[in-house]
Parts: sequence; C-alpha cells; structure tokens
Amino acid sequence: MPPVKVLRGTPFHERTAPICQTEQWRRWAGYLAAASYEPSHEREYHAIRSAAALIDVSPLYKYRISGTDAAALMNRVVTRNVERQEVGQVYYAPWCDSAGKVRDDGTLQRLGESDFRLTSAAPTLKWLHDSAGGLDVELEEESEALGALALQGPLSRTILQQIADGDVDGLRYFGVMTAKAGGVPVTISRTGYTGDLGYEIWVDAGDAIALWDALVDAGTPFGLAPAGLIALDMARVEAGLLLVDVDYIPAHRAVIEAQKSSPYELGLGWAVALNGSNYTGRAALRAEASSPSEWRFRGITVSWDSLEQLYSVVHLPPQLPAAVLRESVPIYSGSRQVGYATSRGWSPTLKRYLGLAHLQADFAEPGAELEIEVTVEHRRQRARATVAKTPFFDPSRKRSAAGAPTEKKRR
Amino acid sequence: MSKANQYDAIVVGGGHNGLINAAYLARAGLRVVVLERRHLVGGAAVTEEIFPGYKYSVASYVVSLLRPSIIRDLELVKHGLTILPLESTITPLPGGDYLGRWADHDQTRRELYRHSARDADAYEDFGTLMFQLARAVKPLLGVVPPNVASPGLRDLRTLLSLGKHGRSLSRQEVHALFKLMTMSAADFLDEWFECDPLKATMSASGIIGTFLGPRSPGTAYVLLHHYIGEIDGVFRAWGFAKGGNGMVSEAIASSARSRGAEIRTNAGVESVLAKNGRVQGVVLEGGDTLTAPTIVSGVDPKRTFLQLLDPGELPEDLTASIRRFRIRGSSGKVNLALGELPEFSCLPGRGAHHRGAFSISPSVNYLERAYDDAKYGGFSRKPYMDILIPSAIDPGMAPPGRHVMSIFVQYAPFDIEGGWDDAKRDAFGDAVVDTLSEYVPNLRDAILHRQVLTPLDMQEEMGLTEGNIFHGELSLQQLFFFRPAPAWSDYRTPIRGFYQCGSGTHPGGGVCGAPGRLAAREILKDLYK
Repeated sequence: MPPVKVLRGTPFHERTAPICQTEQWRRWAGYLAAASYEPSHEREYHAIRSAAALIDVSPLYKYRISGTDAAALMNRVVTRNVERQEVGQVYYAPWCDSAGKVRDDGTLQRLGESDFRLTSAAPTLKWLHDSAGGLDVELEEESEALGALALQGPLSRTILQQIADGDVDGLRYFGVMTAKAGGVPVTISRTGYTGDLGYEIWVDAGDAIALWDALVDAGTPFGLAPAGLIALDMARVEAGLLLVDVDYIPAHRAVIEAQKSSPYELGLGWAVALNGSNYTGRAALRAEASSPSEWRFRGITVSWDSLEQLYSVVHLPPQLPAAVLRESVPIYSGSRQVGYATSRGWSPTLKRYLGLAHLQADFAEPGAELEIEVTVEHRRQRARATVAKTPFFDPSRKRSAAGAPTEKKRR
Repeated sequence: MSKANQYDAIVVGGGHNGLINAAYLARAGLRVVVLERRHLVGGAAVTEEIFPGYKYSVASYVVSLLRPSIIRDLELVKHGLTILPLESTITPLPGGDYLGRWADHDQTRRELYRHSARDADAYEDFGTLMFQLARAVKPLLGVVPPNVASPGLRDLRTLLSLGKHGRSLSRQEVHALFKLMTMSAADFLDEWFECDPLKATMSASGIIGTFLGPRSPGTAYVLLHHYIGEIDGVFRAWGFAKGGNGMVSEAIASSARSRGAEIRTNAGVESVLAKNGRVQGVVLEGGDTLTAPTIVSGVDPKRTFLQLLDPGELPEDLTASIRRFRIRGSSGKVNLALGELPEFSCLPGRGAHHRGAFSISPSVNYLERAYDDAKYGGFSRKPYMDILIPSAIDPGMAPPGRHVMSIFVQYAPFDIEGGWDDAKRDAFGDAVVDTLSEYVPNLRDAILHRQVLTPLDMQEEMGLTEGNIFHGELSLQQLFFFRPAPAWSDYRTPIRGFYQCGSGTHPGGGVCGAPGRLAAREILKDLYK
C-alpha cells in the first residue's frame, strides 16, 4: 500500500515543485510551502523590495460568508465596525474570545453587500458557526477550493496590468475587485504581508496553473521571482506584521492565561472599534481601553556598536542571523526583565538588526534604551537595543495611487 | 521461626503496584519480600508465550499512565523498559471506509476534514480544553487523598494546596470540569462533534473498565484519564512496552531486586494475621508463616479486606463500604497467533496503520447496543474492541512474518446469565472473531491459536475480583478520597502496619504505579516519624 500522503502540494505545486532547487519545504497548515526556491533566499527577498516576487499563500484558511445576515455575523466576530466597510474594501482585523483575547487575525474582503471572504491563519470554521446562532448566513469553507498568490513589490502593479483586464490602476490600498487575469476569473485585493506595494490574487484551484503561468510570463521581463517563506518572513518583520504562533498564541490554544494577548497588547488597538458593532469580546476591550494593560507590542533595533563590541572581545565581527529567528529572548532594563522579543533578524534593506517585542508599558516608549540577550560564541551577553515604532519599512508606494510621484521625485 | 522468614515488610501480590511499592521500600533500606501466587510477576501486566514462539500481552496491553517520576526513580529504562510509540487509531467503518487519527497533527486534521470540516476545527479546540483539564486534574494524581471527614493538619495542607491550584483554573475550565464529572461521554462529546464514529471512538475511552455505556452519566470523566496519559505522551510515556506489558513488570521487578527486594513466585498468601489491631504476618498457601511489622496488600480491596483478613478485625462500616464497592468486570481479552498480517479491508495492504490501534466503534449506537447485551446478562454479540498488532510494533513478539493480535473486548459481564463455562467462553471468542472478520477478511484463516479470557478467567488466573481490570470501577463515587472507602483512602487500614497499594486505591487503575509509590511514601513516613 502506498503510504498515506500527509502533506499536500498547493494548487500551484505542479509549478513550484520543479523550481524548488533546495527541496526545502516548510509545513504550513498541512501544505508544503517552499522555504526558498534558490539555495540562498536573498535574491527572493530583494525581488520583494526592488522588483516583484510571487509567493504562494494558498495554505491560508479562507471562508466565504454570505446570506442576509452576513454583515451581522462579521460584526459579531471581528473587532472593527463592518457596517462602515464598503463593498470592494478589505479590512484587516483581529477577532477575540469573550475575554477580549485575540484568537486570530486576518483580512476580511467585502465582495458584496452580503458577501464576505475571511482569511485566517488558523482554522476558524467552528468559531464562525458558533458565532452565527440565529443568523441567516451561509458559511463556505474555501480553503481547499481556492489558491492564492501574493504578487508583492514595487513592480507588482505593472506586472498585474499586463495580464488583468480590470482597473488595476484604480484599485486602492486595501481594495478588492474581481477581474480576469491570464484569462481566468480571479479576485484581486491590494493587500499583502510584506508592507510593500502588492496584491493578493485569489483563484479557483482548477485555474491556478493558468494564473501562475500568465504571471510568470508577464513578470519575468520585470524581474519577477518566485519567493519562499524565508524571504517573506524578513519582509513582514520589516513591516511590523504579526505572525500567529510566533508573535502571539491564539487565545483558544493558550494553556495558561499569561499566554493570551488582547489586540491592544499586540499593537492592534487601531483595529478595535469600541462603538458601533457588538462583537465578541467588546465589553472586555472597553474595560481594557479605560484601564490599559501593562503590555505593548513594539519594534526594537539592536545597536550595531554594542554588538560589535561584544564580538570584538572574541575577535570576531558581529554575526548576524541570515533568516528571522523565532525563539523568544529576554529584554532587560538594568537588572530587570521587562519583555521579550519574539521575532528578530537582519534587514538587508535597512541594514539594521530588527525585532518585534512584547514590552511592559513603562519601558515601551519609542526611543527607550533597553538591553536584549544575544549569544556570542556560546555565551550569553546583552546588547543595547532601542524601542522603535513599527513599521520599520513603510514606502509610500504601499498606499499611493498609480501614477503618484515616486519617493525619489517627492524628495 | 527461622530468621529467613522475618522481614521488615511483606508485599502481598506481585502486580506492578506491589512491585513498585517493594522497590521504593527496598530503596529506603527495608528488607522486603514480594509474594506472588503465580509462577511469574506482573499480575495483569504479563507477557506469556502460551503458544510457542508467540508472545501475548495476556491482559493489560498498553502503557499510558505510568508516572514519569517512577520511570526515573526506579531507573526502569536501565532495567529494560522501552516504550514504543503507538502512532494511530483507526476506526474501520461498515461499508469499507474508516476514520483515522494519526500522530501527526496535519494528517489527523486532513482525515477528520474528510468526515466533517467542523469537527476538524473542533478537534483542535477540544484537544486544548482536555489538555487544560488534564493539567488541572493531574496534581490530584500525585497527592495522598486528604481525609475530609475529620481532617488532620496534613489533610488541611493538602486541601489548601489543591484549593490554591483550583483557583488558578479559569471559569471555563471549572465549568467544563463539572460537566465532565456529571455528564455521559456521549453527551459531552455531542457538545463538540457531529461525526458519529469520532464520537464513538472517543467515548470508548470513557467506558473502558466500567460497567456503563457511553450514554451513562459519569463516563465523561474517564475520558479525561485518557488525556492525562497524553500530557506525558509528549515524553512518550504512552505506548507499547517492547516485549509486551510483562516487560513493564519485569523491569520494575529487576529494579526492586537490584535494591535488595526479594521476590517469591509460586507463593500465594492464604491470609494476613493480625492481633490486637496490629498486623503480625502472613500465612502462605502451603502453610508457611512469614512475619513482618509492615504488610502491604497489592491485591484489590475486596480481597484485601474481605478475604485476607478475618473480618472480625475490621470496623463494620469499612467492611460494609468494601462490600458495596463496585468492581463489576465488564471486559474480556482475546489474543490471537496469526500466520500472516491481518489485512483491513478499509486500508488494504501493509501500512503504518498496523503499528497503531484499531477501534471497533463505528457509532455511539453500536457501543450502546453492545452495552444493552451486557446489561441483561449476555456478552455483546457485536462488541467494542480495542486492537493492537504487537508484532507489527515489536517484531520480537512473533516469529518473522507471523503475528500476534491483542483484542480488548467489551462487554463481557462477570455475572453472565448462567455463569461462564467453556462453551460460553468459546461462543464469546467466536463473536469476537466473527465481528472482526467483517473488517479483516483474512483473519479467520490466519488464526493459528486463540486465547480467550473471560472476566471469570481474569479472576481465577490473575486474582482480579470479578475480572475488573481497574480493581474497582473508575466512577466518581469511587475516586480520590472515596477510593476504596471514605477515611481509608490514605493507603492505611484500621490494622496498624497493614497497608494497601493496589489499583483499588487512589489514583486508580491502569499501569500507572502511583498507588504503589504513594503507599510506600506513607509507610516510610509512619516508620520514620
């Protein structure tokens, strides 16, 4: 009997497998996702920032919510006021348990008055079912039926224009539209996980290969490169974007209370509507808004000088992580531990050692000087680190309309 | 009397708890002897080559709850214990499909998704909740149950620490805990899942060793016991003991011997001698007398209090409690020697699934009907079965290319109508083979030898009263400070120097070992206070 195949390829696997030179696949929601296609992920990373990259994000969970009460259900779930969401608009939002602790975060596309698509990092079908009591809604799990490609980078718009028939130019930041691309029907949202100009394209699994081929054909002259998760991970840290299970634990999977986080504690207070909609957890979040929690989520930058000094003692130049490190490390103020960094790595674009960290409020003011644990030649040391606002990297092209002056010109 | 028959402590019964108790007492420097009626140690955890070349884990067949501290303290790995992982549970379904749960998270999710997208989600949440609850309940396993009727200082300390722990639980956890304590396994699972075979297979762990059906209240709690083992499952304490479950007993015995304990087999104890409320010694079946100031009973509460001792030595309320203690056997065991690998029609050929468990539990109704048969005095015509193929996990269990199959069968009531006899035992074995053949077409022709154990056989051969595998059912009124009787749950008895350490004491059944260890701790406290 052939062994049961545990991990699936995504709808793009036919194309991604032959070009994955490293044969290094990461597990993502039961799918195989390329860690990097080339032996080094650097070119893939730079494609994101300087040309365009094509990233297979099909393993995301996707749910279609429709029916008379679809908006009402979404208002029960996400922490934003969906009544204010226009058709053709995407909301980024967390959703919480009744104690106001974050279960997951994702994007919510409003495709029609009563037609939504929710993407999430963790399975959410049961939560939607449980929240839908008494409402007239239809829930469709689209996770397997849809493939998804992230086309990210400064030239992503130009490439998409070549193959899409809709008004790509007119698509606003966090807008969504339906179109045909490469001859197949798709949904295009101007969203992504890189903090750059970019799009995510949602396609029926059966049409996935046609879309891939059209994008690669049109994009190659512009320097389009397929990129894996290692490159994406660095880009999302530069963008200050959270990664579930790394930067926070979903409330429903936490074993102890201390493992849970509220949206405020994750720096998502901007996505919390305290009035308007009445979603699960609002009462708790209102209470928290008036007496804030002691935790903040911030960026940190590790001091090069300090790092150089620590390494000079052992006669080495500073050693930098090639990819994002995901082990939590303590952060100190003097002798006291005041937080921990959950993601950190070297930004090739900014030439800085960056991290995302949970910090106690008293020590979380941008500019505050702290220390982070680093291991220098098997010994624990502390390097100076400064609290920073996120995103670290935030080009104006991310939000700007087509034809808007480039950054250089504006300067 | 010869000096040779004088000991510091005598342990009656060489089951795993008796051996663990002896090992701890010997470690503390006591001169200990374990007295075992049979020719080998282990009690219900024995490996025997009843059919030459084929090793049967005769009764007990998996390790789930064996306390990690015992494995460390007694150096069981050094003494030969190897636990091999059980990687899956397959529930074959009528019609040729199956429901599988695998060691790998993604694989399980994908499989459940095939049956119900909602259940695939719910399964993860349920797992988290059970992990939390198991964490909540687990401290109870490590403490001597406090006497709540007339608490002493130590009892109050225990209660206080448990209370502190209880306060660390969230409201949802407490709520779920109460549900678990009061609901039936089927009702509790209904709140979470819609897939019938999933609910059936999960509820099966709530009925094992009880004379209850999946719809009987109280069975939900036993589900939790299953998960407690799985917390440590991370450390691979859950699995199949290489060489069969007898190797658990052999490893403990070897550890006990290395610490100076003496183990006598073919040494059944006729009675325990007590005088003026103090224990004196034991009389062996051959008439020999052994003396010791400390005597520990590893046998079940009925035997301990109603057979070994002269009932006149005990207060009447205790003997009355013990008489009422529920110890109804409900399960049997069938072991097969097979000429070839059994092939499941739902997963044809050889595969990783052979190294896991198979559960014949296609629906909750199936299990409840199996219980119906037993309720009215018969064995289940279509029984629930929990099946392993030990030789697929550990090739040493059978000659190359040949196999052994271990089949736990429920229900088989001890009090079967008309009593058990050879004809009924055969009919019971036939029902098992017939039912299983529906899923394993090549089974019948592959059988080289068949061993069938009824609850009566377990009583007669292994000394389990009424054939109850847990020395008393794991129902709420028989747990913690009620196990085996109120006020006598701290391993002591009204007879000074006489202790209990079997599965009939807290925290109960399964190859767990905690009773043996906790009893040793109490004994040593009494000796050295």
